[in-house]
Amino acid sequence: MKILVAVKQVSTLEEDFEIRADGRDIDPDFLIHDLNEWDDFSLEEAVKIKEAAGAPVEVLAVSVGPDEVDESLRKCLAKGADRALRIWDDAVLGSDPIAIARILAAVARREQPDMLFAGVQSSDQAFASTGIATAGFLGWPHAAVVANLRYAPGDKTAVLRRELEGGVLQEVTIQCPAVLTIQAGINTPRYASLRSIKQAAAKTIEVLSLSDLNLATTDVGEAGSLSRVRRMLVPPKSRAALIEGSAAEQARKLADIIREFKGVAP
Amino acid sequence: MSGILVIAEQRRGQLRPVSLELIGAATGFAAAQRAAGAAAPDDADLRVAVAVLAKDPAAFVPALSVSGVDEIVTVPVATPEFDPDTFESAIAALIDARRPGLVLIAHSVDSFGYAAALAAARGFGFATDVFKIERIDGALVATRGGYGQKVNVEVDFPGRDTVVLAVRANTFKPPDTPAAPLVTSFTPPAVSTRTVGGEFVEIAAADAVDMTTAEFILSIGRGIGEESKIPEFRALADAVGATLGCSRPIADAGWLPKSRQVGQSGKTASACKLYIAMGVSGAIQHLAGMKHVSTIVAVNSDAEASIFGVATYGIVGDIFDIAAELRRHF
Repeated sequence: MKILVAVKQVSTLEEDFEIRADGRDIDPDFLIHDLNEWDDFSLEEAVKIKEAAGAPVEVLAVSVGPDEVDESLRKCLAKGADRALRIWDDAVLGSDPIAIARILAAVARREQPDMLFAGVQSSDQAFASTGIATAGFLGWPHAAVVANLRYAPGDKTAVLRRELEGGVLQEVTIQCPAVLTIQAGINTPRYASLRSIKQAAAKTIEVLSLSDLNLATTDVGEAGSLSRVRRMLVPPKSRAALIEGSAAEQARKLADIIREFKGVAP
Repeated sequence: MSGILVIAEQRRGQLRPVSLELIGAATGFAAAQRAAGAAAPDDADLRVAVAVLAKDPAAFVPALSVSGVDEIVTVPVATPEFDPDTFESAIAALIDARRPGLVLIAHSVDSFGYAAALAAARGFGFATDVFKIERIDGALVATRGGYGQKVNVEVDFPGRDTVVLAVRANTFKPPDTPAAPLVTSFTPPAVSTRTVGGEFVEIAAADAVDMTTAEFILSIGRGIGEESKIPEFRALADAVGATLGCSRPIADAGWLPKSRQVGQSGKTASACKLYIAMGVSGAIQHLAGMKHVSTIVAVNSDAEASIFGVATYGIVGDIFDIAAELRRHF
């Protein structure tokens, strides 16, 4: 039994950043990397299922990215993934989530998992597309924004709850194998222990090329994408009127705003 | 390729408000093309058709009969509520039959569940969470946020005859003038579904609070750092007479009940007139629940936090210092 967990190493911007010379992305010198917040939850969900299962279950963490992504995959290994697999080729640069999904689908065909999890979205680009596009390429059943899951490896169906807008959930029964995108808050992700971090550091991260997956360079990058970044720009600055001064002065003005709202004279 | 196809969204018998916003986005885009002289007023590429998928789609015709809509297409489907296989198959068939150049759908939980699979399987141009749609030098250009909404990203779709855009809610103005568009029907092919939708469950309020009716909300976010700080802000909210709310990470951590979460998957601060956000960074999902509030005060130590983009007043500073000082006044 196997659960494939697709993870992404996301990027946040330094306080001051510069746009790359071609205007189409941020200069990588100004990016800080971390494992996507949602993926912490999907990994935990897979590890919980593994721990509760009667039969052996392998949790496989998979990511598309260059060497530096190993850092996030080691985090997954430290938090309970049994194996980690990374796919990279310079041709992947410029890929949109659909091209990434094509790679993940090829990995799923090779690894034949019983279930595939992905985060609902990534905290940096928030496409909310990669997991479900992977299902599209695989032709698998799929459900998005899963906030509750009842599934044991080997089950023919899973019962889940989709988290809808406005504080409403819907219960859904889905055939397996399936692709589920996991919502933050579905569980409480564990912290990696010092011991498991050490063990993870000693593990090998498998690296695959496009040809290992029978993919051509034109399947990825801009050629394999459904959209292309034309330009990145810094939006006009915030419209908030800043309240300056010491904390005491700022709080006094805030108190005035509250009193005015409540119709009380300052 | 011909025309703009809007996919309306309904749930439990109600048209979701974003459906009309999508029509607003479509008619606004068409009007801009006409104004720029890029297209004749009767250009077939700018014709707006709205499709509604439901067991009884005709029930939604009155609500969709608004100005700018040239045609309403009723699409009867077997499942009463959203189902991914049903929607993918029906919308693919509809696109095949009509060859629209542009398809607008909502960036919503339902579209998360089918749109990317549809686009991937059929090779349509595709972008999500789009808040601006324009044509630049003949090319369709969609703008979305990137890197936690810190930058705007313009994307285009070279070589794609049909482009599907998932449009951000609360962004485009819905048309409010009634009209009497042509109504047609499209019967999609039968489909065997692999998911079965069940009951809807409301998240029970863990306490008596109703965020949707609160007029004054003090919301806390990730910036409070640890659970032990909750009582301090609860006391502050009580002292100033505000309802204590929160952003997603606080509810996810279980520090406050889910019923206090403001945002897309939580509650909308519908009745709120004063919203004080302390240590809330301003994720787009949170903004969806509060950016309409007339007076918003954001307190955050990060001067670049996106919450300042929607705030009326901004205080860049330490939330604990501000909270302590504010407490002296009440």
